Amino acid sequence: MNVLSGKELPRDGEMLQGEALHARLDKTWRRDPGLWGWVTTTDHKDIAHRYIVTAFTFLVLGGLLSLVMRLQLATPESGLISPDRYDQIFTMHGTTMMFLFAVPVMEAMAVFLVPLMIGSRNIAFPRLNAFSYWMYLAGGILLWVAFILNIGPDAGWFSYPPLSGPQFSPGKRIDIWAQMVTFTEVAALAVSVETVATILKQRAPGMTLARMPLFVWVSLVVSLMVIFSMPAVALASSFLIADRLVGTQFFNPAEHGDALLWQHMFWFFGHPEVYIIFLPGVGFVSEITATFTRRPVFGYPLLVLAVVAIGLLAFGLWVHHMFATGLPRLGYAFYTAASMAVAIPSGIQIFCWIATIWDGRPRWETPLLYVVAFIITFVIGGLTGVMLASVPLDLELHDTYFVVAHFHYVLIGGAVFPLLGAITYWFPKFTGRLMSERLGKTSFWFVFLGFQLTFAPMHWAGILGMPRRVYTYPTGLGLEQVNLLATIGAFVLATGFALFLVNSLMSMRRGTVAGANPWDASGLEWATSSPPPPYNFPHIPVVSSRHPLWDHRDHLPVMTGLRVDDRELLLTTVMEARPDLREPSPLPSSWPLWAAITSTILFISSIFTPWAVLYGSVPVAITLIAWFWPKGPVTPEPVIQ
Amino acid sequence: MSGGDGLDGALFNRLFALFLIVSLTMLALVLAFLAAAWFRRGGVRQDGVADENGRASREPLLRALLIGWTALIAIGLIGLTFASFLTDRGMADAIPPDRRTINIIVTAKQFWWDVNYAFDNEPSKNIRTANELHLPVGVPARVTLKSSDVIHSFWIPNLAGKQDLIPGRVNDLVLLPNRTGVFRGQCAEFCGIQHAHMALDVTVESRAQFANWLAAQGKPAPAPASPLQKAGYLYVMNRECSGCHAIAGTAANATVGPDLTHLMSRRSLAAGTLPMGRAGLYAWVADPQGVKPGNNMPYVGLDANELHAVTAYLETLK
Repeated sequence: MNVLSGKELPRDGEMLQGEALHARLDKTWRRDPGLWGWVTTTDHKDIAHRYIVTAFTFLVLGGLLSLVMRLQLATPESGLISPDRYDQIFTMHGTTMMFLFAVPVMEAMAVFLVPLMIGSRNIAFPRLNAFSYWMYLAGGILLWVAFILNIGPDAGWFSYPPLSGPQFSPGKRIDIWAQMVTFTEVAALAVSVETVATILKQRAPGMTLARMPLFVWVSLVVSLMVIFSMPAVALASSFLIADRLVGTQFFNPAEHGDALLWQHMFWFFGHPEVYIIFLPGVGFVSEITATFTRRPVFGYPLLVLAVVAIGLLAFGLWVHHMFATGLPRLGYAFYTAASMAVAIPSGIQIFCWIATIWDGRPRWETPLLYVVAFIITFVIGGLTGVMLASVPLDLELHDTYFVVAHFHYVLIGGAVFPLLGAITYWFPKFTGRLMSERLGKTSFWFVFLGFQLTFAPMHWAGILGMPRRVYTYPTGLGLEQVNLLATIGAFVLATGFALFLVNSLMSMRRGTVAGANPWDASGLEWATSSPPPPYNFPHIPVVSSRHPLWDHRDHLPVMTGLRVDDRELLLTTVMEARPDLREPSPLPSSWPLWAAITSTILFISSIFTPWAVLYGSVPVAITLIAWFWPKGPVTPEPVIQ
Repeated sequence: MSGGDGLDGALFNRLFALFLIVSLTMLALVLAFLAAAWFRRGGVRQDGVADENGRASREPLLRALLIGWTALIAIGLIGLTFASFLTDRGMADAIPPDRRTINIIVTAKQFWWDVNYAFDNEPSKNIRTANELHLPVGVPARVTLKSSDVIHSFWIPNLAGKQDLIPGRVNDLVLLPNRTGVFRGQCAEFCGIQHAHMALDVTVESRAQFANWLAAQGKPAPAPASPLQKAGYLYVMNRECSGCHAIAGTAANATVGPDLTHLMSRRSLAAGTLPMGRAGLYAWVADPQGVKPGNNMPYVGLDANELHAVTAYLETLK
């Protein structure tokens, strides 16, 4: 028998570990140098980085728009900006925040974290992942270039026809909006499919479903929600474009279309969308709470069930956005009950997190402060949500600033606070350095107090009768003080965000260098260096509990035997995560970029002529054929003689 | 408080108070637990061993508390759901079935309200006005809601919740004001560039006052008296104005824009944009696009004499 030496053995194992293994894996997995490497990379961490940076850029842009709106609304009958500009701005604010910031940033966090949390070398379908980013970027640029050219959409992020239809919105503004939706839907669906496949098939051996970190559970549920809800809006926006471009009459009542059809389709997506944004917050909060209280989260199975329950309930309450449309009264009772029922799983979650803090040994560092801010703010937003679920109350409060206050409490409180905590928490994993704790706390207080000052007065504005989406309001209705307070609050809040941004930029260069596990956390993502090498883990870890790093402080058991000279992943079984197959992982490729470019040409040209769908599909087909061209035979398996 | 002066406002206010009390109680419980967690300090280590400075884990206690908490939420929600449902029914039942009602058809347009009082028995008494409602106190008014362009929402916060006006559909709403007064209504669904300036003046008055108002509205417009008014009248009849507006008793009978027959009896101009009066009329007639950019009344470009004449004539439409 001929024994190969460690250097020749093409798999990791006892013969090949440490520096030698690192050298081999690094050579196999690292991206090509230079711009070409950056463009063609299929590393989930690279793609997640650019996703997150892009999403935060859109957050800043959307946030600046909100400051302009607050300036306009600071005084009654203000003439600061024209009504047309204001309509574009509030449409852009909502569209940017929902489609270009909130959903993508949450997906990007999953793209970065999930493969690390489950101990895999890369995400599933990494080229699709690269493609999804380019599509998202193209959609965002399309929307913002249009806005800068003063042809930004102006019918709201919800674009109700007939206002958004061909008769009342001539020009290309709404087509641009609708096509931006298509771009982001393609991107979101792609990421969701990858995430589901990754979670179900690439978990480390021993990580049964019941041992998955809560964030991974959340990512699984959210991705399935995206897969079931996003097609509704993609279809709706296609109908809208067809109505506008080729004269179909889906939403035109004069030709037996129905204006309400849009609302059903839009909110069938739009309500799950809210939970798609909020549930990742549940994941962040669970991870942060466990780490900073040095105690496993209380009630893990209940939290998982609560997430699943919210994911299911989300599809049964879209009509509560339509209580004023005159649908049958008795049917409303069902949607009231379903909407209120969401408070049960949410209440259980809140209890579990507070119980964890109560029973643990909390370290009050910035991420945990965001958890507390989240709990307070989200509970208030949840309770106003219960109020809005009641038909008689909703008919008064619907489409007023009360609703604006409500959903900023649940979306900023429920998703952005946990996100800021999560960025602070995983910053060392992204960059290798810790964020400044002092600046972190300062920005936290600005964000938290600024938020309350901005949005708490809006409840009162709504109760006083101030409708949403108005570019101005008359004097003498008692709306002056609340609006001025909200404007002042908005600038405090913006200061907080600016400090957070400054902190992350400064810490990226000069922050304290973090080790692999600076917080003494328990998840697998902390088992590898910060930032992780291109191949994530030298050996695939083996998991025997929910808290691998707490149970195996000194020596995490690993599994060996993956090839090191080819990109190879370990696939495991869906339920029990038993080792199943070795699967090649695709190499870097520029075809996803080319496919995204040709798809972009198709989508944008189809705003101007329906024939573009026909002609444009040819280059798309060519790039896709090239992308999927069968690979040559794999390097033959080395056989030990 | 919203809804308080309308159809069984007491029921609404009670429901709002109930929701507020339950919500604040739940919030107080959460904050108390959070404060307890904040100040407790100590507890177990992650490996389950009791912290030397802290106490042993209290999992069983927490489990019992969680069951209690979940039960409390469930009971609270069931209570609120029923309260909400019963209030909704109660408000629907508060309309006396046999009482004579007034029928009003409101058609929303970008960006104003076309209001028609319809008397099925005596169609000759039908009247048409715009951007205002007059309601007799204590008499149910059945409002039929239509739209001829985009989706709007009819909302008089003091009197009732909102109902959408959707092209191709007909909704309705019953108003039952329980005190006299002047209220503001407004469009509550984003309907385009001047959504902010789509208000509705609501006057709730005694039955006698209402009857008087109705009688006055039924009369045709008076003939112009002074030469200036006559010049204005001729301009209105022969030039741009009569292409869109109607004035009862004259040849102007277009229905594209608001009816002007009793323009001066209204409280505001251009759907609550300007207070009614000579200054407002001048501003509006001279440059409607400057006052309310994007509305459907075009800039005509009257010269000074024409402006004086048209305004003088419009001022006779009391």
